[in-house]
Amino acid sequence: MTEEISSVVEVDDQEYIINFGPQHPSTHGVLRFVVNLRGEVVKNLQPHIGYIHRGIEKMCEKLTYQQIIHLTDRMDYLSAHMNNEAVCLCVEKALDIEVPERVKYVRTILDELNRIASHQLWWCSFGMDMGGQTCYFYGLRDREKILDIFEETCGGRLLLSYNTPGGLMWDIHPNFQQRIKDFIKYFRKKLPEYDKILTGNVILQERTKGIGHLSLEDAISYGVTGPTARASGFSCDVRKNYPYSAYDKVDFKEILYTEGDTFHRYLARMEEMRESMKILEQLVDNIPAGDFTAKMKPVVKLPEGEYFQRVETSRGELGVYIISKGDKFPYRIKFRSPNFCNLATMNLMASGFKIADLIAISGSMDLVIPDIDR
Amino acid sequence: MDNQKLKEKVLSFVPNAEVEENKQYLIVTVTPELLHNLAKKLKEDPETDFSYLFCQTGVDYGDSLGVVYHLESVKFRHSIVLKTKTTNRDNPQMASVYDLWKAAEYHEREIFDLLGITFKNHPDLRRFFLDESWGYPLRKDYVDSTNIIEK
Repeated sequence: MTEEISSVVEVDDQEYIINFGPQHPSTHGVLRFVVNLRGEVVKNLQPHIGYIHRGIEKMCEKLTYQQIIHLTDRMDYLSAHMNNEAVCLCVEKALDIEVPERVKYVRTILDELNRIASHQLWWCSFGMDMGGQTCYFYGLRDREKILDIFEETCGGRLLLSYNTPGGLMWDIHPNFQQRIKDFIKYFRKKLPEYDKILTGNVILQERTKGIGHLSLEDAISYGVTGPTARASGFSCDVRKNYPYSAYDKVDFKEILYTEGDTFHRYLARMEEMRESMKILEQLVDNIPAGDFTAKMKPVVKLPEGEYFQRVETSRGELGVYIISKGDKFPYRIKFRSPNFCNLATMNLMASGFKIADLIAISGSMDLVIPDIDR
Repeated sequence: MDNQKLKEKVLSFVPNAEVEENKQYLIVTVTPELLHNLAKKLKEDPETDFSYLFCQTGVDYGDSLGVVYHLESVKFRHSIVLKTKTTNRDNPQMASVYDLWKAAEYHEREIFDLLGITFKNHPDLRRFFLDESWGYPLRKDYVDSTNIIEK
């Protein structure tokens, strides 16, 4: 290991190297940092990834487009629906299919539900990383309500696979709208509890304010996206800039801060949950009647060419790049995953801070490791 | 800037670039030697200002290996796609764009890992997901007799 790292940075006898992960609880999966320390201060940090590299891009080259949907769930499993949607939108764009309005509305609603569920899980695990055990129970209690809505309509709770090129697998459950309205009513009451228990907490504020600063220039240059970048003032919300599905019909605010520290990354996600509820309120009563899928051939063959689709997942911008040679399989498919690009800034943000701050910083990035490794 | 103006701009930088347009983006193909120069001009010219590299993909086209760059201007919200190809499959080499966009550091390491394209002037070009004993799995001629079985 020493040889591995000394090729990159010079190590003197004052510094020592520790392994952070791959089994450390705060890495939320199998991510390993090799950290150069001088005393308690991080001097350099190199992420080592690939522990769950499954070669999804290679596997996709032998799968049909309907089959690929089910693999994309396994990348960012907390944004499963957005990942599915990205591939579906890309295929629909290539085939020039206009999906029914109903599909667009339901997709957008599920996107936002998925975003809230993902941020809830981030909130509770971030709280736990910082030493607040109680957060975990609060977060998971409320997330359960969303997973129940998913279960009723999609069948799955975590990996939804509810999208299919051209529309949805089946129509929504009759309870769908009512349950969402109940959830919004419930969660509006519960969200202030989150602020009471964690946001206003002195220990949390001391540990996060001014820690792990990311400047706007670095955010753009490193291609950081999602709430992580918006806390630095980088307006990168694909929902605003390149609206897809029903996002052009709803009114919502892009959460932007300029401070770019851990605390504002935290705030950005908290505010996004409120914005997501606003979007849900605007859509849930207006789902138009109609088909739940466009007319599709059983075998989807994309015309020769290349297609790119960008969507906003809970963690940032997911890009799907398909090169087709006119076959029922893609010739090459690339997933530009948000976590992969966000990870690149870890060294920049953590250097100069204490090792305990490293946990706060990586927690505020909300990394999902299968999305990095693919 | 719309695609027509972008096209004129690109041709003023590199007169013999191949420019085509699909429904989404303007696609510019240049040789690996010219790529870094063009990328630098596109980034630094105040009228184009491509500050954000949102995707970098390595592709095996069969006879050649290539890299595709998706660029966007945060200021003007216009996009462009740059492409470059090399037919040298034994020792494919490109110039790194790490000095222009830091995002290229990880993208290029990934491309090196999975396709075996080396990037000159990259600060830290090592395998990323896989270790040294692997070949380059995203190449079309990659053979894995245990896990990939052709019917």
